[in-house]
Amino acid sequence: MGSKSSSLNKIPNAQELMQETGFSAAHILRLYERFEFLDVDQMGELRPEDFGAIRELSMNPIGDRIISAFFSPGKETVDFASFVRILAHFRSTETNRTRDGAQPEPANSRTRKLKFAFQLYDQDRDGKISREELLQVLRTMMEMQVTEEQLQSIAERAIQEADLDQDDAISFDEFRKSMEKVDIDHKMSIRFLS
Amino acid sequence: MEDFWAFALWALRIWLYLVISLIMIPAMFGFSLGISETYMTILVKTLEWATLKIQKGYADEQLEASASNGLIQREDGSMEKELEELRRSRPKPPVGGDFTLSDCFYFTRRGIESIVEDEVTQRFTSEELVSWNLLTRSHKDFQYISLKLTLVYGLGIFVRYCILAPLRITLACIGLTWLVIGTSAVGLLPNWRMKFWLSELVHVMCYRICARGLSATIHYHNRENKPQKGGICVANHTSPIDVVILCNDGCYAMVGQVHGGLMGVLQRAMVRSCPHVWFERAEMRDRHLVTKRLQDHVNDKTKLPILIFPEGTCVNNTSVMMFKKGSFEIGATIYPVAIKYDPKFGDAFWNSSKYSMVSYLLRMMTSWALVCNVWYLPAMHQQEGEDAVHFANRVKSAIAHQGGLVDLQWDGGLKRAKVKESFKEEQQKQYSSMVVGEDSSSNSD
Repeated sequence: MGSKSSSLNKIPNAQELMQETGFSAAHILRLYERFEFLDVDQMGELRPEDFGAIRELSMNPIGDRIISAFFSPGKETVDFASFVRILAHFRSTETNRTRDGAQPEPANSRTRKLKFAFQLYDQDRDGKISREELLQVLRTMMEMQVTEEQLQSIAERAIQEADLDQDDAISFDEFRKSMEKVDIDHKMSIRFLS
Repeated sequence: MEDFWAFALWALRIWLYLVISLIMIPAMFGFSLGISETYMTILVKTLEWATLKIQKGYADEQLEASASNGLIQREDGSMEKELEELRRSRPKPPVGGDFTLSDCFYFTRRGIESIVEDEVTQRFTSEELVSWNLLTRSHKDFQYISLKLTLVYGLGIFVRYCILAPLRITLACIGLTWLVIGTSAVGLLPNWRMKFWLSELVHVMCYRICARGLSATIHYHNRENKPQKGGICVANHTSPIDVVILCNDGCYAMVGQVHGGLMGVLQRAMVRSCPHVWFERAEMRDRHLVTKRLQDHVNDKTKLPILIFPEGTCVNNTSVMMFKKGSFEIGATIYPVAIKYDPKFGDAFWNSSKYSMVSYLLRMMTSWALVCNVWYLPAMHQQEGEDAVHFANRVKSAIAHQGGLVDLQWDGGLKRAKVKESFKEEQQKQYSSMVVGEDSSSNSD
């Protein structure tokens, strides 16, 4: 009946990860098992194909975008630390331990969650969702079910609603403003069982 | 020094004689001296006592006795409900579709949930126990309760590793060696009727020894439905030990790939005494060849029933995955068999991505015991106008129902395979109809 921390030793930088992301030791362990499970050829890193093997994810209309959110621009693999850091965005803020002002913003703050969602739209990371980028997302979400005109009118209206400075694109601040009334913490959080 | 070796040798011989007389001979001839029954009763009593202790220890804390494997709790809201909630913050626009930028939240969350955990892959990890069964390997979250429990646990380790494991390994080695020698010997005989009878005898004896080598207690139910010659026996697959379990009660013809090494030796030996169906690796790709060979075997009424595991892979014994339709296209009588292991005594599931065959067998030999139930179900035939897939599903449901397993619609091969586009379309359709409303119905078909 050894203590839990002995099995954390196989995970590099486990303590730092726990500090940074706010996950408990038990969660880090479970996530590591999951990571190892997805890592089919035991490389210590995940590639996009490894994510593609998850059935429910392939069925998701924006599955491919979610997968690419794990990979930093230019990188083709993701290691365990980055894996956990991304997942940390989805922790519920209810379980945040109190922090002093010196610590950086936690991964699962409202802003960080919004940033994650924003980047799903803003694929070229230029800080704005252009009309074209919006059309692209709409296309992947609805593919052959709607006509091009319908897509255009939906995109048009969405931009009109959110674009406050009339530059025909949605910046992060405009995005955030349009989400004021949405309960982000509830909608963009996963409940981890302890 | 010499005395020591002489003594050790003498002790070893006594040990072997004891093993042979007390365990092997009764096993071979199918009667029992009651030793394993006594062991099982003691074991059950100990585990019950341990469970009570643990429950008392936990009574102070809040313990959710959920037998689920879950790391996360999923929101069960449907797409409609969730997107409705997201839209509540603003009125529905008259034109331009009912789309909001926050719609992606729903899909993102579902996507991330499936990355952390999904229904299919849950079936490929071992079932978690509600209460600890005094094995280190099932020990995930349990803490120190009392001194007595720790002592019993320590005693358990000693018993399992120092007494039971060597015993079982000895038995397994004897069993396998006897299988090879016996079947080769029978293979040398000409084809009299005696040969078939002898070959069956040899096979069953060896499997019985191997079963004792795992301390397996098997309960067979409905033996009147046992598979007959010229039929195909299908069962759910949890580990390679399923073969030993089923062959304890009858002889089957195996189907499989030709392996090298020890397995290859076993395969070649077994084929000498009675016909099995072994395929070369290249032959397995050719479906027609496979079907033809199986058909030939089945049509020859003197040959033993074929044993097939249609799931194609090992599953963790809480559910039954989709059956591959190959064996159901042959048109023979299908004899379904349901196998359910009792996880209290040892986890029989072989997680081939985690453990090699050898380490798996060692784990099996250091568990308490292997208790399982085997149900023989009545024979099933393919009905008029029924296609193979439908027939396979019917058989699968029957097996799942009898064994108390969950009847899943997913394919066992999905452990590592990509999914078809049509499922994604479903989601897209549903979402579009929410955004565009009735207009989309004129476009979608």
